[in-house]
Amino acid sequence: MKKILLTTALLILPALSWAADEAPTAVSNAAAIVLVQEHANYLWTLIAAALVFFMQAGFAMVESGFTRAKNAVNIMMKNLMDFSMGSIAFWAVGFGLMFGTTSTGWFGTTDFFLSGWTPDGDPWVLAFWMFQCVFAATAATIVSGAMAERTKFTGYLIYSAVVCAFIYPIFGSWAWGSLLNGNGWLEKLGFIDFAGSTVVHSIGGWAALAGAIVLGPRIGKYGKNGEVRAIPGHNIPLAALGVFILWLGWFGFNPGSTTTADKSIAMIFVNTNLSAAAGAVLAMITSWVMFKKPDIGMSLNGALAGLVGITAGCANVSPTSSVIIGALAGILVVLSVYTIDRMHIDDPVGAVSVHGVCGAWGTLAAGLFNMGGPTLKIVTTQLIGIGAAFVWAFGAAFILFKVIDLTIGLRVSEEEEMEGLDIGEHGATAYNDFQVTK
Amino acid sequence: MKKIEAIIKPFKLDDIKGALHELGVHGMTVTEVKGFGRQKGHKEIYRGAEYVVDFIPKVKIEIVCEADRVAQITETIVKIAKTGKIGDGKIFVTPVESICRIRTGEKDKDAI
Repeated sequence: MKKILLTTALLILPALSWAADEAPTAVSNAAAIVLVQEHANYLWTLIAAALVFFMQAGFAMVESGFTRAKNAVNIMMKNLMDFSMGSIAFWAVGFGLMFGTTSTGWFGTTDFFLSGWTPDGDPWVLAFWMFQCVFAATAATIVSGAMAERTKFTGYLIYSAVVCAFIYPIFGSWAWGSLLNGNGWLEKLGFIDFAGSTVVHSIGGWAALAGAIVLGPRIGKYGKNGEVRAIPGHNIPLAALGVFILWLGWFGFNPGSTTTADKSIAMIFVNTNLSAAAGAVLAMITSWVMFKKPDIGMSLNGALAGLVGITAGCANVSPTSSVIIGALAGILVVLSVYTIDRMHIDDPVGAVSVHGVCGAWGTLAAGLFNMGGPTLKIVTTQLIGIGAAFVWAFGAAFILFKVIDLTIGLRVSEEEEMEGLDIGEHGATAYNDFQVTK
Repeated sequence: MKKIEAIIKPFKLDDIKGALHELGVHGMTVTEVKGFGRQKGHKEIYRGAEYVVDFIPKVKIEIVCEADRVAQITETIVKIAKTGKIGDGKIFVTPVESICRIRTGEKDKDAI
């Protein structure tokens, strides 16, 4: 009897509550609807941040694949540390300089050590920080490839901290500061760089150029009569894996920059993919014409060039334009790698060409292919941003590397370079069961 | 006792191993080597820079046998390893002073 009464009471209860309330409406649910969208924004932004984080694995694999086995441990350490030290530096100093309140429009002065967050405050600043942190780390890790196989580990650690604490975020504040509490002079001009062709990739690429120049070329890279010698990478499949991982991560990099879960991410996804594909194909064709065979290294660089090239304009150009932008980036990167090598600037992975040169192209393209129509003002503003990035990043990095070189030394000794940095810097070998022949 | 050192094209190894097994040769040592003779290297291109690869991957087979078996073994290797194109390889025969089987201590002919 008790059971029957209890069950009946439980079954009647919901009906009683329905009978008491009115039907819900959009107005009465307004707060809940806004909350659902906010939650979606958090979800999308943080998933995208995880995808961009995974690009660190991509960079590590590309760099290792294109360099020699005797330096593989060193490459792994540099990639692990530019992310780890970079994250800490960006938390302590960089984020504040980039997104803190600013009175000048040149750098922020608040939000250091994530002081803008309180336990009962709005956690959006944390999600935003996470997304921005992996972007800063992307810019930082670009440099390790150009400086591979001859850089002192201590020198590179110092660079990692400084780039994420100062060089990257100060330019970032000029272009993106208003995404949080700042307001940069460059964005006020109307500079378009949606996901960072310049803010991330050119900054990294020009810093890489400075590093490669201050370091000098690897031993044996250029002959006495000026010949360019090949120093083949030790694992092409690793390099290819790295590019695929980067391509995947870029699906967080570009569409994630909306930091909003809405329909605009569809076009950004498509633009990203088309540009990468066009870049790979045209780089392959260009290398085929120039060197008589389709070249794997150049084709891989071509995919990345396409990705970098669309990063600025992914939200304001059409899919058809993306194909053109990527295709031109693919041709450009091959010519750039070839030219920079002939200038006797040794860049083992093509970082300067992929990120610096194609970053500049992508930024210009965002103006030229703007769906609302390219105007003189828009294109000029893009050029101003491109120029400012070069002056700032190359200049600051050049000074930094020179100072490191004059104090603790930037380059390892000749003997250590020949033996391999794995032994000299880390007392380890990467492939203990294999024989390292060169 | 003699040692036969045969430098051959890598893809011939399995066929030679099978043929020698049929002949009753049950032991050999194989090393991956690089080398060249009349077969010149080839040109490769890496990121726009041309380079010549002089040393071509080969496989070296070492067999120790009694002197009266040398002719039969070398003829078999020649027959199987030959393609007729430059780079087929070479065979060197050298005398062996002594042999010892580590596990049992057997010496010379008993250790083959």
